[in-house]
Amino acid sequence: MRFGARLALAVIALAALATACGVPQGSGAQPHTAVDCGSYARYGKHPGTKVTVYAENRDREADLFEETWADFAHCTGIDVQYEGDGEFEAQIQLRVDGGSAPDVAFFPQPGLLERFARAGKLKPASAGVVALAKQGWSADWNSYATIDGTLYGTPLVANVKSFVWYSPRFFRDRGLSVPRTWSELMAVTEKVAASGVKPWCAGIESAEATGWPVTDWIEDVLLRQQGTDVYDRWTAHEIPFNDPRVIKAMDTVGSILKNDRYANGGFGPARSMASISFQEAGTPVLSGDCAMHRQASFYADMWPQGTEIGPDKDVYAFLLPGADPARRPVLGGGVFTAVFADRPEVRAYQEYLASADFANARMKKGPFVSANKGVDPANAATPVDRLSIQLLQDSRTQFRFDGSDLMPASVGAGTFWKGSVDWIGGAGTRQVADSVERSWPSR
Amino acid sequence: MPFDVVAQQPKLLYLLQGVAAFAAVVSLLLLALHRGRVRRRAAALLLLAPALLLLTVGLLLPGLRTLGLSFTGTGGDTWAGFDNYVWMVTDPGALVALRNTLAWVVLVPLLAASVGLLYAAAVVRSRLRVFALSLVLMPMAISFVGAGVVWKFVYAYRPAEAAQIGLLNQLAVAFGGEPRQWLVDSPWNILFLIVVMVWTQAGFAAVLLAGAISAVPGELTEAALLDGASRRQIFWRITMPSIRPTLLVVVLVQAIGTFKAFDIVKTMTGGQFGTGVIAHEMYDQAFRYGETGRGAALAVLLFVLVTPLVAHQLRARRRAA
Repeated sequence: MRFGARLALAVIALAALATACGVPQGSGAQPHTAVDCGSYARYGKHPGTKVTVYAENRDREADLFEETWADFAHCTGIDVQYEGDGEFEAQIQLRVDGGSAPDVAFFPQPGLLERFARAGKLKPASAGVVALAKQGWSADWNSYATIDGTLYGTPLVANVKSFVWYSPRFFRDRGLSVPRTWSELMAVTEKVAASGVKPWCAGIESAEATGWPVTDWIEDVLLRQQGTDVYDRWTAHEIPFNDPRVIKAMDTVGSILKNDRYANGGFGPARSMASISFQEAGTPVLSGDCAMHRQASFYADMWPQGTEIGPDKDVYAFLLPGADPARRPVLGGGVFTAVFADRPEVRAYQEYLASADFANARMKKGPFVSANKGVDPANAATPVDRLSIQLLQDSRTQFRFDGSDLMPASVGAGTFWKGSVDWIGGAGTRQVADSVERSWPSR
Repeated sequence: MPFDVVAQQPKLLYLLQGVAAFAAVVSLLLLALHRGRVRRRAAALLLLAPALLLLTVGLLLPGLRTLGLSFTGTGGDTWAGFDNYVWMVTDPGALVALRNTLAWVVLVPLLAASVGLLYAAAVVRSRLRVFALSLVLMPMAISFVGAGVVWKFVYAYRPAEAAQIGLLNQLAVAFGGEPRQWLVDSPWNILFLIVVMVWTQAGFAAVLLAGAISAVPGELTEAALLDGASRRQIFWRITMPSIRPTLLVVVLVQAIGTFKAFDIVKTMTGGQFGTGVIAHEMYDQAFRYGETGRGAALAVLLFVLVTPLVAHQLRARRRAA
């Protein structure tokens, strides 16, 4: 049996080596000198416990999150183990099906959250979280994480998508003023086009998500032309995807994005936007090759390093106007927390994330927008973040969630994106709308 | 973080248990086999048992479950009959994936084998044979994802008035053309993706075929030369028939590999612009859209398509042995 013994020894040695190498480099607790734990007392003490968090934020965004809850972790004794994964949307299902669901997940789409809630995988929010949700967010926001009357989580991140980025200097030099209505917007567009500059730039390349900026455009315009009611019925598929009102909104967008006179500033013909990544699409605004770039508040992070943001700086943003300046339709997106485990430490952590304290602390660390009513716009890291928070807190604002995130994933993250790409490539509006409508799951 | 033995105790315990179980199984096997006069059949069964168990757990059961899932609706909990299979042959998106997979499976083996054969025939008698073959084999050392990223740069698009960053568009501009969106313009973009696969696989074909060509007996070609055959005649009448089995293996292996093509599409276009293939569509449906049934049906289709090729290859190998 000498051979067997030797083999076993070799296996042990190899396995020991492998596990030693594979020891995860823990998040490395920050050295804590003096933390005032008084404000964390309400979350209780949970020494020796662990909460695993799974989300798509990586690198700097992940670091800022971890720095924000470091004090919470220190004071409650909970070891928060965060894992960021760019493939979150596909991998979360594998994790859950494979029986290794995280304790907490940050869902970037309500549709995805709903899928796991309906499958009975998510735990309903605790009474504490429900109370915080009622106190912190509008009924609209809470409705996105409410399935069949049960609340599952709270919004963590919010972003405003209806911004048009522009260069204040470019506008000043040409005597243009920020448009307050749709017709003023089109007047500015025409004026810039007449001067030989393509007024709009856009980029829709985003790997398998290619096309999403176009879907945002269409949703934004539909919301402005038809109002919230039609928009809600459209995302819920109570009216067909190819309703004449939607076709009209698409054609309005097409008159800008599919028009070689108006787009694609700095990048060539309109259809070049399929090759331009959304991250780099706004850069011609800086060089004056393009006047306006419609993109979300998070585009603030994508300007080249050193770009200053502000009403009299390099770039700034205005709200995409509607027909009536008194109405303020705002399209946006958000990330929601939800839990797969019911342990007290998990509950404590979810309650902390649902508090305005967390949002305010996170905002002080860097760019971040929360729709929580308790956040102080003064804590915002950038002027556009501040503008976003003011818009979200303004009672005149009619906030609506990004429609493609509300639709079934096979449409909202599938055929609608793909259709938009075909549409930019030259396919007809009706043909694309019909094919998206046909792809809607019948259940 | 230093390796903390105390903190890692549960893991070490698991490890210990695993090793103990493994040692026990191996010892039992060795014991049984060393006890002399053991019936051969029992011994064979005992030896086969671990492999059979692993095959059942790792291949057979998941395969059956996939088959079952392919008859269910979203989420995999409602019976859907043949709906998913009907969807597969009626949905425009799925049909595009089927069409593209057909193009891939026909073109990749054909191109990889032809390029490999031409290259092998050109360098096989050369003094730089080894060097030339290692050169063409090198792309094979690059992962498909790596190759996809590299070629994405080659095809990168910039407007005519800006500086080009993509090799192909730079060439197009240098020869007085217009920069084009190679990966966007359907249906030619499929060919540009196929080129990447051929680039990584041609070396494999070249090396195998070079080996086969040099194994053709010298007497045969010599005799043909004496009979007055031309170079071309020798290639088509002597070399080609002799290397036919190898050529067939190359084509079949490529075809099987191509059915699974996923990485290149995923990294380069994400299945956009009408470039989806079955394997990628399967991933999208099952994991991105949560349409497990449709994903499973596509997996079953893939299995059915690959099976004859695998069977043929196995039979050919058995015949050769």
